[in-house]
Amino acid sequence: MIDREQVLHVARLARLELSEDEVGRMTTELSKILDHIEKIGELDLEGVPPTSHVVEVTGALRADVPRPSLPREVAFENAPDIADDGFRVPSPQAHA
Amino acid sequence: MTQVRDLTAAQAADAVRDGKLSATELFDAYRDAAAADELNAYLYVAEEPNVSGGDLHGVPLAVKDLFCTKGVISQSGSKILEGYKPPYTATVVENLEKAGAPLLGKTNQDEFAMGSSNENSAFGPVQNPWDRERVPGGSSGGSAAAVAAGTAPWALGTDTGGSIRQPAAMCGIVGLKPTYGAVSRFGMIAFASSLDQAGPLTRDVTDAALLLGHMVSKDPCDATSIGRPDEIALPRSHKLDGIRLGRPDDLSTEGVEPGVMEAYERTLKLAEDLGATIETCHLPHADHGISAYYVIAPAEASSNLARFDGVRYGLRSNGGDLLSMYTHTRHDGFGAEVKRRIMLGTYALSSGYYDAYYGRAQRVRTLIATDFKQAFENVDFVVTPTAPTTAFKIGELADDPLAMYLNDYFTVPMSLAGIPAISIPNGLSDGRPTGFQLAGPAFSESRILDAAYALEQAIGFDGSPARG
Repeated sequence: MIDREQVLHVARLARLELSEDEVGRMTTELSKILDHIEKIGELDLEGVPPTSHVVEVTGALRADVPRPSLPREVAFENAPDIADDGFRVPSPQAHA
Repeated sequence: MTQVRDLTAAQAADAVRDGKLSATELFDAYRDAAAADELNAYLYVAEEPNVSGGDLHGVPLAVKDLFCTKGVISQSGSKILEGYKPPYTATVVENLEKAGAPLLGKTNQDEFAMGSSNENSAFGPVQNPWDRERVPGGSSGGSAAAVAAGTAPWALGTDTGGSIRQPAAMCGIVGLKPTYGAVSRFGMIAFASSLDQAGPLTRDVTDAALLLGHMVSKDPCDATSIGRPDEIALPRSHKLDGIRLGRPDDLSTEGVEPGVMEAYERTLKLAEDLGATIETCHLPHADHGISAYYVIAPAEASSNLARFDGVRYGLRSNGGDLLSMYTHTRHDGFGAEVKRRIMLGTYALSSGYYDAYYGRAQRVRTLIATDFKQAFENVDFVVTPTAPTTAFKIGELADDPLAMYLNDYFTVPMSLAGIPAISIPNGLSDGRPTGFQLAGPAFSESRILDAAYALEQAIGFDGSPARG
């Protein structure tokens, strides 16, 4: 179960604006999905280690040798807005 | 021109090598067919081949949209990457170009590979060439439909929980998910990094072996790539003597379409005729695969998709201050399913819920991987139907996300265990293709391909109706 307040809280964490309609649908749908997922609560997992990577890899670190990175002008090619050799964004504080 | 497109990719490569067919004629035939595609399978079609020669002799390749292709729009089926032209090419695509497979086009997919029907694309659904009112499966739906319809000789897809195998099954073609780490993920627009793998979608098993053999590499740009298996031999075996096929007794067959089950049983009998033994095997935790997967994959996705913020590339929606720019861009750019998964994943990782969801799911993942390890002590392969049903109607499951997720029931456990699995065409149910899945231990791709080849010859599936 997840309620409307939790949906709004999670949307804030995810930096996601949701319309009123989306909040309603999300509450119903996520609750249904979470009910199914909660079946794993029935399993006894005492002493079972977590898996984050399935295939054993050792010595995956490469040599720390400097190499050219993406040229600045190439990195800017897809940017919605650039200024003074940087990505331009709106001010963190709303203007009156 | 139909004659040229009747050749499998391996046959076409041989024909070019032997001088019986020109690479230009081959490319042109597919370019024209892809440009005339009516299934919405393609988002882009190349005009000219960008490479030639090599071991693959210019046989063109259709590539799922989420692979970055330098200078060619790559949006992962999403509006949020509107107009994005990557400054580099994904390693796996580059490997195949070096081997002589030119880019034929970019194929439609579920947005960020999240879906089992290709209905979650910002570019609209793809139609299944066997029945245009039905989905091709997903998320590599465009790649599967293009190969089945004969508008591509072969294609690249990606599989996170079944996204190569399930559309392959629904379109009557071959799809293979390699062992996690076999193939570089560099340049694949990420969905769930601990699960994502690229793999071939092809008309037959031989083509899958040929394509996979040129995909594998250890890539300095992807620390999880291993560069194994070393060599993928072209399959030749016509027998299954001494092969033990494991039929899991713990996976429920409740939601499985009767025709899919009949086709599965029929093929098990064929396997016995070829010399295999069928043994019951136990995967006691596989039934919990969907639950674990729909925590882990959305959790990783919510983190991976945090990068889409309207700053460096793609869509930007302005909304006053910086925070509003982020939230509006993400509201306008992501589709409904992607939002659902970001919410699910963010919730599962949020303070107070982390242990109950993400922590538990990672432990269930350990149990499922262990189940397979133990099963492979007694059997060579685990075999299941690929998907519980044949292709459903476009719109049929659109309002029921959970029912859609259950499509991955037979494919998700292998993804969580990181092991390779193939889906081969397994005859028709009600006129629609069904798939047979074989999974083996890590890096057993060559053995899987051999067994799949023997079964393929015995099944004798005719995919030509979809090619019209």
